[in-house]
Amino acid sequence: MAADTALAAPIADRRPRARRATVGLAVFLAAVSVASLAIGASGTSLWGALSTLATGGELSQMERVVLWDIRLPRLALGILVGAALAVSGAVMQGLFRNPLADPGLVGVSAGAGLGAITAIVLGGLLPAAMVASVGNWSVPVAAFLGGWASVILLYRVSTRRGRTSVATMLLAGIALGALAGAVSGILVYMADDRQLRDLTFWGLGSLAGANWAKVWVAGPMILAAVGASLLLGRGLNGLAMGEATAHHLGIDVQRLKNGAILTVAAATGAAVAVSGGIGFVGIVVPHLLRLATGPDHTHLLLNCALLGAALLLLADVIARVIIAPAELPIGIVTAVLGAPVFLWILLRRRGMVDL
Amino acid sequence: MIAARGIRVRLGRKEVLHGVDFAARPGEVTAIVGPNGSGKTTLMRALTGEVDYEGTVEIGGQDIRAAKGWELAARRAVLPQATTLAFPFTVVEVVRMGLMTGAHGDDATLPSRALAEVGLAGYEGRFFQELSGGEQSRAHLARVLVQVWQPVDEGGPRWLLLDEPVSSLDIAHQLEVMEIVADYARRGGGVVAVMHDLNLTALHADRIAVMQAGRLRAFGPPAEVMTDAILSDVYGCRLRVSAAPEGPAPFVLPHCAAPG
Ligand SMILES: Nc1ncnc2c1ncn2[C@@H]1O[C@H](COP(=O)(O)OP(=O)(O)OP(=O)(O)O)[C@@H](O)[C@H]1O
Ligand SMILES: [Mg+2]
Repeated sequence: MAADTALAAPIADRRPRARRATVGLAVFLAAVSVASLAIGASGTSLWGALSTLATGGELSQMERVVLWDIRLPRLALGILVGAALAVSGAVMQGLFRNPLADPGLVGVSAGAGLGAITAIVLGGLLPAAMVASVGNWSVPVAAFLGGWASVILLYRVSTRRGRTSVATMLLAGIALGALAGAVSGILVYMADDRQLRDLTFWGLGSLAGANWAKVWVAGPMILAAVGASLLLGRGLNGLAMGEATAHHLGIDVQRLKNGAILTVAAATGAAVAVSGGIGFVGIVVPHLLRLATGPDHTHLLLNCALLGAALLLLADVIARVIIAPAELPIGIVTAVLGAPVFLWILLRRRGMVDL
Repeated sequence: MIAARGIRVRLGRKEVLHGVDFAARPGEVTAIVGPNGSGKTTLMRALTGEVDYEGTVEIGGQDIRAAKGWELAARRAVLPQATTLAFPFTVVEVVRMGLMTGAHGDDATLPSRALAEVGLAGYEGRFFQELSGGEQSRAHLARVLVQVWQPVDEGGPRWLLLDEPVSSLDIAHQLEVMEIVADYARRGGGVVAVMHDLNLTALHADRIAVMQAGRLRAFGPPAEVMTDAILSDVYGCRLRVSAAPEGPAPFVLPHCAAPG
């Protein structure tokens, strides 16, 4: 037959392009990481410090504090949170088979936030010994549980016989977000002064409070979630054709869904616990990558982790320099950059987002 | 052998299948026909383990309830009556999903060969959602073919379970697809296909199961089940079966409007 026309295919195999993108994104992430270390409110110079180290000299106290205790944990946290937000967005979109399903949009972040606030406020009521034993973990674990309950609730409400209704998902997400927000509000009233300070800081959506403790708390959960998500790629591809077809292809659909839900909950929960609600990363990053290299989840998820990390670091650098010496909450930067992209997605897909 | 015994299926509050015994042999095309709503798709979904059913379904002697998902996927591929696709995958990306079970490793040429087989050579890079309805249907067939490409492997014969594989195709592609399917059976594989076109069915099926209101009304070779009496009763309109101008296959003419 006309097999030779195969050579004239308009888009060749997109996998090589995706692999090149992985390399390019890794380089981009490295470059932004250097910028994030080099730029800051204090005049400390990364290059100065590096050349001191290279010539065997000692860093000044100032250099050590700024680079080691401030900028480096902030860099690490930025990478972790950016990767977590983008990957949880991509996994959630794969699970719900819809590019608009973002943990931030459909109330999962709010659910995780409620968990975190509960832990912060009620944690004060628990016996001190118990708090000490759970330590820093109570907030991210509570956020994880809040996120988990939210995803499960959403999926139950919006999915009938393997089909997800976009309208129900978005509306249920609004209700869920409002409810979680209201309960969070009640808890905030119960908070004492010290807790209030924690809460305000946290609620802004910021990396400003970054320290090594937060990195150690969020790191394992996020790395586990991102790592686990890489195993979901083939399954999520099959799921794009519906649960029945995924089953026919040999995918254990129930296990896939459980894995996806846990991944989203862990990544969102950990990110929310350490950085508050940073919006739009989870929707913009996967969308840009799908445009560039296609929706194949076997490469999409890794690339999301890289691009999410890089873009969040970039937003953080912008947040730090744009009104220096003060700094903008990073959530404002991601919203200013992300919301227009989101609207653009809606406009482009008007035909497909039929409610 | 696919053997289903005493299949009862409830959907919602309604019992849709009332105890169906069905069997299909490798090396044959087994067609399922019947009016809309008679339970063809439901029977198919019981055979694939997609709905809960009473009774037993065995593929190659193995109860499908006891089989793992990937074991079943290596034995049979399924073309559903209706499909959806989220996200802008290209045609070749969809077809490649048939390789997911890893049964063929990642034979890079297989998707293109399957696409050429269904008359979609050169469509690899097109966006799936931008194909016409019939083209989408054939692309899904290519995906299904890729999943069980060799009709027989060390585990025995493999199966194509197709729910209305040709309903949205033009006549040339209907014949082409039925030829592909018949060839699969000739090479030792098994085919179960839900059909609406009785003449096409008579031409290509070795055995025909006629469904009526959730029961198997008749089951046998075309010459046996394609009679005026059975078809007219099942479809509720007068149908006349004659011999085809050429060949042995029966030939159905509608006489609904004519006085009887
Ligand atoms: N999910 C469901 N819940 C309740 N009833 C259902 C469901 N799916 C199908 N039915 C009913 O079961 C019966 C059999 O449906 P089925 O889809 O098997 O028919 P079919 O023979 O494949 O018809 P068609 O030729 O239109 O594809 C129909 O009466 C239908 O209304
Ligand atoms: Mg049907």
